Amino acid sequence: MPLAELLRVALEALRVNLMRSVLTMLGIIIGVAAVIAMVTVGAGAQAEIDRQISSLGSNIFMVMSGTRSRGGVRTASGSEMRLTVADARALKAEIPEIVAAAPTMRGVGQVVVGNTNWSTTIQGIDNEYLVARGWQIDEGRDLEPQEIRSGSKVALLGSRVATELFGAANALGQTVRIKNVPFVVVGTLLEKGQSSMGSDQDDIVMIPLAAARGRVLGRSGPRSDAVSVIFVSVAEGWMMDDVERQMGEVLRQRYRVRAGADDPFAIRNMSEIVETRAEARQVFNILLAAVASVSLVVGGIGIMNIMLVSVTERTREIGLRMAVGAKGRDILLQFLVEAVTLCLIGGVLGILCALVITFGIARIAEWPVLLQWPVVVLALGFSAAIGIFFGFYPARKAAAKDPIEALRTE
Amino acid sequence: MLVCEDLHKDYLVGNETVCALDDVSVRVERGEFLSVMGPSGSGKSTFMNMVGCLDTPTQGRIIVDGETVSELSRDALAEVRNRKIGFVFQQFHLLGRTSALDNVELPLLYAGLPRAERVARAEEALERVGLGDRMGHVPAQLSGGQQQRVAIARALVNAPVVLLADEPTGALDSATGVEIMELFQELNEAGITVLVVTHEPEVAGYARRVLRFRDGKVIADERQPARMTA
Repeated sequence: MPLAELLRVALEALRVNLMRSVLTMLGIIIGVAAVIAMVTVGAGAQAEIDRQISSLGSNIFMVMSGTRSRGGVRTASGSEMRLTVADARALKAEIPEIVAAAPTMRGVGQVVVGNTNWSTTIQGIDNEYLVARGWQIDEGRDLEPQEIRSGSKVALLGSRVATELFGAANALGQTVRIKNVPFVVVGTLLEKGQSSMGSDQDDIVMIPLAAARGRVLGRSGPRSDAVSVIFVSVAEGWMMDDVERQMGEVLRQRYRVRAGADDPFAIRNMSEIVETRAEARQVFNILLAAVASVSLVVGGIGIMNIMLVSVTERTREIGLRMAVGAKGRDILLQFLVEAVTLCLIGGVLGILCALVITFGIARIAEWPVLLQWPVVVLALGFSAAIGIFFGFYPARKAAAKDPIEALRTE
Repeated sequence: MLVCEDLHKDYLVGNETVCALDDVSVRVERGEFLSVMGPSGSGKSTFMNMVGCLDTPTQGRIIVDGETVSELSRDALAEVRNRKIGFVFQQFHLLGRTSALDNVELPLLYAGLPRAERVARAEEALERVGLGDRMGHVPAQLSGGQQQRVAIARALVNAPVVLLADEPTGALDSATGVEIMELFQELNEAGITVLVVTHEPEVAGYARRVLRFRDGKVIADERQPARMTA
């Protein structure tokens, strides 16, 4: 029998018991929707994590002063400024795998333009910083080495700050007052979005380290070139462990740390922190997808159940079809096509449900929606496979019927 | 045209062998109108199933239209049924919610005919049984007699060598039954071989030849020169 006829007979049979067909499909609908939604949401979350990792800069270490206990007073790492610009230069000079080592300091302050003001993070940087953290200039230019050296009053604005202070107007060449000190805007930065900790990375103003140290942040360490954090960027991910060890050696030597004594510095692998969280989320996604697959299998068992009922109910029809010339294969195909049709319709409805769920979750969680067509095709293929797998036994049972017995059934 | 030689059929009921057909030999020529009579359990239904290629004998040989069918596989039997046999049942066995035309098309579907030819032949068969104006009706919209006419059209549509009717009037009132028998006579007069299984003497009366079964054996094979006409 041609496929079109088989399909027509199958659709007719499903239509006759519409309520039953829909209820049976529900298992497949829920299963397919759950699997696709899980995979899609997982992919969206993964993309978000990838974005966070790349916005961190690639393969980043944070080097800061270590915890210290002096005369019973214990201080947390990073709260003192014991590292220096010279430490950063030394790290880069002695470890070839380091791409950039950027000494920085950071504070909070008000930025004023005319009668608008905005409180933001003020970051003192040198020329290595944009490279180390993967920042890019949107308009204008980076700070010149000469400006860094002399502590010129020039600034780079993060996109958020530029919008808050200047709206759509061009910020380049304008003067902004940072903690009452006038700075000229020489460049704006491309948007980076949220950090892995949820803070807005674009809410920032960058100025030369020397300018920040003196008049703006007003913080100084024990030495005149003290900095709070050195960001170190490494060429390749697999070099991270080795570079971490080498940095420890270089810094211990510079600070003449005796064996067994506490390090006066701390090294944090930033990418690792994000990746650990990504892994945790990955495990969670796999778990959810597994649970969703179970519901798909349960849906398949529902299909088998209904097909068995259908075969029993239509025994006389089977007998008649055999009497007028249907071979075993014809009957087998008829019921198999019916089961697969049931599953495929369920699969399509499931995909529609998944779309609604995915867009809903993406909107609430503000994740990018990544509907992956391979997953959709896979889900359809999978529901067809379920139809064949769970429809085969009832179909074979139908095909094996004895036409005489089947015709005699009341 | 239809030859049965030394047919034996044994069934295993529990651990006892029941003999349903015992050494039955019958020859039916083209164009005959034969009725098969006998009480229930006499073996007439078993005989009918053998001739209809629904079942195979334990022993013996059946030849339908020159083709030995007694040792064919299930699928090969299905093909013989599709090409050479037309069935009419007591309960009509029409597919519900399916139009008369689609019901009649069914055997042609399994024969693998293209749609246009199926429709043309199904329409022709329905015209022949006098239902040319009811082709789109579903069984629920037809009377019992009309439903049986659809079933007869379905049996005729593949131009079978023999029309096998099992109690064709059993589910109909007597007036309608007469009409159906009249149709069988008409078809027979047009050259179609008809074999009717019945336990009603009046129905058997329309046939030219009567075969009586008892305990799995043919006990009488009579010609009826003065048969009834509807």
